[in-house]
Amino acid sequence: MNVAVAKTGKGRAVSDLFTSAEGRLPGSSAVTAVRREAFETYERLGLPHRRIEEWKYTDLRALVGEVLTLAAAPDAAALKRAADAVKAHAIDGARKLVLVDGVFAADLSDVKALASEAGFKTLRETLDKDAGLLKTASTDAVIALNAAMATDGVVLSIADGAKLSAPIQIIHIATASSASAFTRSQVTIGNDARATIVESFVAAGSKAYQVNDAVIVSVGNNADVAHIRLMDDAPDAVNVSSHFVTIGANVKFNFFNMTTGAAVSRLQGFITLAGEGSELSANGVNLLQKTEHGDTTLVVDHAVPNCVSREIFRAVIDDRAHSVFQGRIIVRPDAQKTDGKMMTRALLLSDEAEADNKPELEIFADDVSCGHGATAGALDDSLLFYLKARGLPEKQAQALLIQAFVGEAIEQIADDGLREHVIGIAEHWLERRS
Amino acid sequence: MALLEVKDLKVRVEEREILHGLTLTVNEGEIHAIMGPNGSGKSTLSHVIAGKPGYEVTDGQILFRGEDLLEMSPDMRAAKGVFLAFQYPVEIPGVATMNFLRTALNAQRKARGEDEYSTPDFLKKVREVSKSLNIPQDMLKRGVNVGFSGGEKKRNEVLQMALFEPSLCILDEMDSGLDIDALRIAADGVNALHSPKRAMVVITHYQRLLNYIVPDVVHVMSKGRVVKSGGKELALELEASGYAQFEDAA
Ligand SMILES: Nc1ncnc2c1ncn2[C@@H]1O[C@H](COP(=O)(O)OP(=O)(O)OP(=O)(O)O)[C@@H](O)[C@H]1O
Ligand SMILES: [Mg+2]
Repeated sequence: MNVAVAKTGKGRAVSDLFTSAEGRLPGSSAVTAVRREAFETYERLGLPHRRIEEWKYTDLRALVGEVLTLAAAPDAAALKRAADAVKAHAIDGARKLVLVDGVFAADLSDVKALASEAGFKTLRETLDKDAGLLKTASTDAVIALNAAMATDGVVLSIADGAKLSAPIQIIHIATASSASAFTRSQVTIGNDARATIVESFVAAGSKAYQVNDAVIVSVGNNADVAHIRLMDDAPDAVNVSSHFVTIGANVKFNFFNMTTGAAVSRLQGFITLAGEGSELSANGVNLLQKTEHGDTTLVVDHAVPNCVSREIFRAVIDDRAHSVFQGRIIVRPDAQKTDGKMMTRALLLSDEAEADNKPELEIFADDVSCGHGATAGALDDSLLFYLKARGLPEKQAQALLIQAFVGEAIEQIADDGLREHVIGIAEHWLERRS
Repeated sequence: MALLEVKDLKVRVEEREILHGLTLTVNEGEIHAIMGPNGSGKSTLSHVIAGKPGYEVTDGQILFRGEDLLEMSPDMRAAKGVFLAFQYPVEIPGVATMNFLRTALNAQRKARGEDEYSTPDFLKKVREVSKSLNIPQDMLKRGVNVGFSGGEKKRNEVLQMALFEPSLCILDEMDSGLDIDALRIAADGVNALHSPKRAMVVITHYQRLLNYIVPDVVHVMSKGRVVKSGGKELALELEASGYAQFEDAA
């Protein structure tokens, strides 16, 4: 059943979407009040549309239209399908935390193995006491909707000085078709800690579903963090995800996003460099085909002096697909000696493919080194011919050049194993294409 | 049957006719040299044989072992045994040379219905060939031709030729940019490939190369045609008197 979203927000009380879900939304009465308020905010704003500057290229009203009702809690059959999907998508050696249709699945997760290295709770558990996790400073409608509707998530804390021996992989699995899942997670990484967090979004036989996820990350001083997000949702799914990342001093933060799925997707990352001497490497690849729409929006906020940020983004766009990259670098008045660079390139594989690149620098300090570049173009014919003249068929020649193109972003992944894993995802996408 | 037969070939580029009815026959085991002034159409001919897009064949034929080459995609031509060593090899950043060599070799073998090389067999073969051409292994770890000197690029072309074992090798100014030692090494590489089953077409401006790779036939091209063919002494004659005598004939 679909529930229409109030497009004007006028004259409507809290809609069916919320009231029908309310009984399933965890939390004390204080939490319920926060949720109601968040939902009212969402109702007032409605889904973002092109007249909202941040959403100019990703008009959710036009692309998505309506928010689907909450998926039912997974039954045994759904969990069985999810178990197969976990097997197919688990990273070797990683500790898995699995959310099925927005509900934490303990039986599919490695809670025990994780316990010795990290603190873990579900969002559901934390909401028994405290609504804090539902509150963010954002005024974005999809984030308000997430706060109102979040059913579950993982809440991780990695202690000061802890060095995780294996990645933690949060796997979001959709088993329910034509339904939505709302998840919200928090990852707190202590001083001097080292951690690798992987997020995966996959389908288990489901179609036309919607995912709205939020992740709140805070990183202590001197930490070394890798955060890899792999979004391979069903080709007719919607995925809207928001990251809020706050980084302490002298941190190395290595972020990578890979988009290979969903009909409509947006990852919006809000990353604040809040401690001096930190290095942020935030990179991504969108591989899009058919009529897919993939949006990666990164806002990097240099709030303090002496930080370095590097962003390398690549989009490969086939058929009538549409890729969006919005990158904003903000340098606050105090953030002298900021070194921020951003480079985005789009490869158009068809005449009807579309790329929108919107790099923005907002610089309020005077002693900084910042820059950006954006290009869009087709494969180089002379390179293609060289490869073909040496025996590579057209698609294979293209694949080699596309791999090289996305390789410029993928090689930024610091961890060897994960880098190889992501290269494998790109290869698989290219094989599917030919 | 001839290995390569170019018959009365007319080719246009961007509305301008470059080849005006060119005829050339190359048999197995033969070495042909093509000489001719800048802009006479030598590279154009080699590109059309290899299947480069952007050339419009308005008349004539190219047969390879009797098959219509113009009907085949460039990769198919390569699999059939046509190899063009480019005058200006391109750089392909991000595509490791080794990966490229293996992918190309196996693609050709697959197209011919042959088994792909195993990794150890492939590595062994590359090592042998690169050693004989004096190509250091670490060059092969870089992107294809990326950061190679002009001479290194040319040697990389000869390396590929040796690896793919084509039956028709077209060498477009292989000697330009090579120092004297590199020229000898590359020429030795080409000569090592020479066999009764394989033909070479050597495009050059300099008689010197033909001291190393001795042609059976020398052709003079001018203004989009072959205007004279003869034995290897023709190259010496050209060296002495230039192309002026042929300009009128064209
Ligand atoms: N893509 C192109 N567009 C326009 N003209 C072209 C193109 N390619 C070749 N030509 C023209 O065709 C003619 C023949 O060029 P080609 O490169 O075949 O000569 P060449 O004999 O190889 O010369 P060189 O000895 O300098 O290498 C030249 O006049 C050149 O300008
Ligand atoms: Mg030429």
